[in-house]
Amino acid sequence: MSVLAVTEVLVAQNIAFAIIALGVVVAGVRLVTTENVVHAALWLVVVLAGIAGLYILLAAEFTAIVQVLVYIGAIVVLFLFGIMLTRARLGEGETVNERMRIPALVIAVAMFGLMAYSLWGYFGSTELEVVGRSTAELGQTTAQVADSLFLTYLIPFEVVSVLLLAALTGAIVLARRD
Amino acid sequence: MSGLIFAIELAYWQQTLIKVLVAAVLIPTTALILGIVFLFKMMSWMQSRMGPQEAGPRGLLQLAADGLKFLQKEDIIPDRADRFVFKAAPVVVLASTFLTYVILPAGPDLVIENLPTGIFFAMAVSSLSVVGVLMAGWASSNKYALMGGLRAGGQLIAYELPLILAVMGVVIQAGSLSMQDIVWAQADGSMFGFGGLGLPFVITQVLAFFIFMAAIQAELTQPPFDMPVAESEVVGGFHVEYTGFRFLFFFLGEFATAFAFAAIAATLFLGGWWVPGVDPNSALANVVGPIALFVKIMVVAFLIFWFRFTYPRFREDQLQRFAWKYLIPLALANITITGILVVVL
Repeated sequence: MSVLAVTEVLVAQNIAFAIIALGVVVAGVRLVTTENVVHAALWLVVVLAGIAGLYILLAAEFTAIVQVLVYIGAIVVLFLFGIMLTRARLGEGETVNERMRIPALVIAVAMFGLMAYSLWGYFGSTELEVVGRSTAELGQTTAQVADSLFLTYLIPFEVVSVLLLAALTGAIVLARRD
Repeated sequence: MSGLIFAIELAYWQQTLIKVLVAAVLIPTTALILGIVFLFKMMSWMQSRMGPQEAGPRGLLQLAADGLKFLQKEDIIPDRADRFVFKAAPVVVLASTFLTYVILPAGPDLVIENLPTGIFFAMAVSSLSVVGVLMAGWASSNKYALMGGLRAGGQLIAYELPLILAVMGVVIQAGSLSMQDIVWAQADGSMFGFGGLGLPFVITQVLAFFIFMAAIQAELTQPPFDMPVAESEVVGGFHVEYTGFRFLFFFLGEFATAFAFAAIAATLFLGGWWVPGVDPNSALANVVGPIALFVKIMVVAFLIFWFRFTYPRFREDQLQRFAWKYLIPLALANITITGILVVVL
């Protein structure tokens, strides 16, 4: 971390990171503590938008836009749509599932531990090489993403899309029993 | 390229300030222009009635008068509404509109921000308005508002797909997501070796153009796709409880988004700010560009409002069938054909 902080170009970036990260953490806490399901979904929008901001700080413009388009524009909208169709009560009500709090906590802590362990184990204290500090140095990041996705990782990409298709078909089969 | 007209280098904050001011003035103006020209004048002529006549010459100031009227109206929030979400909803809708204007180029240098992923960015931020619409529908604590919001949600999700897929045909042909590069691709193109008129993509992507026009009609929840705001069924849908300046936000959002989508269509399919005969590298292009773009936008907007005033409303099942069974397969076929032709030719 100290390597990033001393580079003078990245000071503004670190400040922006701190602000966005703080916002994301606060919104994330509100997301799990709010009593209202619709409010929880709206806090999720704030969390996801903040993460899109973090991607932009990392010069991953394409990933940030996908984050907004897919997560906010489609998935959260689907959440809101489903909640409003089924149990959209206004005000504070018993809309939140209280029983599953402990299992949810256990799973969240386990996930955090697993990800922290694997990241620490893989990177340890290695310093990442700085690829570039400006748009000119980085080049066309979107084109780079497209090249690696459709040349290097073409087969994993296609396998994942088939997996998603199978999941979608399965959902339709489960939902329609006629 | 910046500083081609003015040989002045501005600091970053000065550039940003100018850009924000331009957007803040431009967006209400575009909404006013579309409202007056099409909603009041064209609709009245098409339906053989007078339209507004009193305010200003030929009633041209009617919308400005309406805007002032909205501003001084009482701000009513329903008793059982979720106050914060109710207040935030119009802001979310308008913010999505503002963000769409960021990437619209009006000349070789006249663009707020020429993002390398321009058109993709526009599609992403325009999808944010659904969140605002659902918020408005839910927070109003009104069953008509909720039903309208749900209808809007279902419709906007269904028509976002053909919209993005139609754009992909153009992107494949231009070889770039940047709005400026798409304009340049059309300016540099040629039809059977004749380059004088460039190659407006409406000629090669005519299928994508029709799909795009149908999809933006639905995204704007305009007739014939106005189930979410159908006045005879859900009395205005998600904005039924909004009054005064909060309603003005929705109104502004609707017409400014219509203008933004018309501008995107004009840029993608009609060559944007480029005019045949004007060297796109010259400073003149920065002067002629906005005028050319405006004319093209008005042509596209005329088509949008022509459909709006002509066709009766779709039923919910017709609406969904039209998107999923016709528009999306056609758009996918268009992408396949374009992809093959781009590789072969």
